[in-house]
Amino acid sequence: MFVKKRVAVVGAGMTKFMRRAQETGKELCYEAVHHALDSSGLRIDDIESVALGTAPDAFDGLHMKGEYLLDGAGAWRKPYSRNFVGGGTGVFSPIHGWWHVASGLFDTCLVVAEEKMSTCLPHPQAAFLTIFDNLIERPLGPNLIWIFALEMQRYMQTHKIPKEQIAQVAVKNKRNALDHPSAQIAQATTLQDILDSEVLAWPVQRLDISPVSDGAAAVILASEDVARKITDSPVWIDGVGWNLDTTYWTNRDLYFPRYVANAARMAYSMAGITNPRKQIDFAEPYDPFDYKELHHMEGLLLCRKGEAPKLTAEGVTERDGKLPICPSGGLLGVGNPIAAAGMMKVCELFWQLRGEAGKRQVAGDPRTAVAQAWGDLMQIGTVVVMRG
Amino acid sequence: MYEAAVKAYEDAGLDPRRDVESFVCSSEDFLEGTSIFDEYVPDQLGAAQKPVCTISADGTYSLATAYMQILTGAFDVVAVEAHSKASDIVDLGPVLDLALDPIYVRPLGVSAHFVAGLEMNAYLTSRGADASHCQRVVVKNRNNAVANDLAFKRERASDDTSVVSDPLTKGDIAPLADGAAVVVLASEGIARELGNNPVWIRGTGWCSDSPSLETRDWNDAIYAQIAAKQAYKQAKIEDPTRDIELAEVDDTYSYKELQHVEALGIAGDRKAHELLEQGVFDLEGNLPVNPSGGSLGMGHTLEMSGLLRVVEIVRQLRGQAGEHQVQGAQTGLAQAWRGVPTASGAVVVLSNE
Repeated sequence: MFVKKRVAVVGAGMTKFMRRAQETGKELCYEAVHHALDSSGLRIDDIESVALGTAPDAFDGLHMKGEYLLDGAGAWRKPYSRNFVGGGTGVFSPIHGWWHVASGLFDTCLVVAEEKMSTCLPHPQAAFLTIFDNLIERPLGPNLIWIFALEMQRYMQTHKIPKEQIAQVAVKNKRNALDHPSAQIAQATTLQDILDSEVLAWPVQRLDISPVSDGAAAVILASEDVARKITDSPVWIDGVGWNLDTTYWTNRDLYFPRYVANAARMAYSMAGITNPRKQIDFAEPYDPFDYKELHHMEGLLLCRKGEAPKLTAEGVTERDGKLPICPSGGLLGVGNPIAAAGMMKVCELFWQLRGEAGKRQVAGDPRTAVAQAWGDLMQIGTVVVMRG
Repeated sequence: MYEAAVKAYEDAGLDPRRDVESFVCSSEDFLEGTSIFDEYVPDQLGAAQKPVCTISADGTYSLATAYMQILTGAFDVVAVEAHSKASDIVDLGPVLDLALDPIYVRPLGVSAHFVAGLEMNAYLTSRGADASHCQRVVVKNRNNAVANDLAFKRERASDDTSVVSDPLTKGDIAPLADGAAVVVLASEGIARELGNNPVWIRGTGWCSDSPSLETRDWNDAIYAQIAAKQAYKQAKIEDPTRDIELAEVDDTYSYKELQHVEALGIAGDRKAHELLEQGVFDLEGNLPVNPSGGSLGMGHTLEMSGLLRVVEIVRQLRGQAGEHQVQGAQTGLAQAWRGVPTASGAVVVLSNE
């Protein structure tokens, strides 16, 4: 697929992820932007455009949240807009920034993703009641854990997956996060800890789920000309894909996220990837629940349908395995401030592909990686392919 | 949305399932009463299992987004959607209150119209204009809308001078309306192939001034100045007073039309209220402004307002505006403002040549 301008990531930064930040949303944005600018060597005056991602306004009780956040995000008197595709927003945000630069209209774009869930009391889960159809579904009082329990059940039943193989993902990611300085719930846990945790809606248990978090993350995008001037090691966004399925989630088979596969095919085609299983060195699929990492590995075409639990059991997806998955620690370990969590994965690709991931660095000089997020009503996939 | 989408696809001669490669929608959750409104857009646009995204802004921002997507070279046809279901909102006031800074401003209990009244006062005072000029904007736009088949209330202006926030009166405020708009963009190659009287996007710009009421400019619409500069640069327009022949600008409040016309540079160094008095902005004037009737005449359609301005410019440049057709115009401008308490907006320059 032809693209006018190749787009590079030249800087990345993030705040710590935490259950309840003292900082306002604006201040979280400021901190992430500050780190990203420092890492690129650019100043805010060098930034020509700003793209922001943040998920429901209902968390903060703020109408037009993007407008509120804009000065913290460095967008004062700049071209600025906010994208919003539910949980897919984090990985969609660099795509939003990508077309600013790939179009040739701008040479630089600052991309910011922020979430402050703790403002929603007593618990942000209440905000999710308002995402359901207000005539058909909302009167039933559904919440996300219930509908994901349905999806998890369907996935396990279709492929006859034992719960132990799924819980292994939580053990791995929480352990990986021990090496992430921004992590909220890094832990050395055992399989038994996960399996013994409180049942919320079978088969979902408490430790199968990522936490509620506050945080922000940012990356700086530049055109090839600018990128080559300011850094010797740009990381390229070579493929982007996104895909939204029908609103009527009850009408589709939940065992496989076909919209993620559609988005992945789009991104791979743009990046010239014909055999993702061979050509992708490591991946950061979206893991708000442990089964989702497996579901998304399959959606990203990194293995056959139903094969992801087996690869996990064999240790292939460990940080020192043949196909490291969520070397950052993912949402299960680092935390899940929705939009910022997806962007954290993009930051991880940047650091890993530059060899700057420290103790988290995957072996074997990785060249090509994929990050993905998921959201709306089990409905949207957002995918970015990056090359070092 | 479905009705507008069908009309747009039929007009373009395209099948959304086969031909449209990406869809960009516009919404804000609190105006919908639903979180993550992106969930509820694909089916009625023919967009299920396609690249679809939401930009939380006016439809003109989505248009600029689609424009960038096409410029990347990766897409040939992109559809843009915006809508208003204002009638579902029991009272917009308390919703807009939630857009005020929760720590510094919201506790003061100021409403959107109160803020607009303050700004109107600052603007009129700085220009030596008065409320009668605003009244003239209302009369012009309401009368223009009488000729517009898309306007929901086709009646002439009556004097409603009950004060809302001095000097702002009820008549100065655009009444809310429902509607939906879909615009289909195509790359040059595809557009020429379709040969369906295309109107070209020559430039887009969008910009935000300070989000806080305390630190922004109250006399001038800086966001519109900067956005217009960006759009003119892309369009290679050096003198907008010469090249822009008609404009559809935001008139959510009557005084905003005057403030925006000045910020866009289409009045040159002249004061907008003086040109207004001379009839320059009338339908038959040298620079018709809001020949459609604008939001004052057609109704304020929330995040669709700016995209509706684009639709009106497209109808004018194609010679399809019917009773309110401006003769012989080749280049027009559409502008949007995101309303109180924002200082954000977008500009689109369109041309039929």
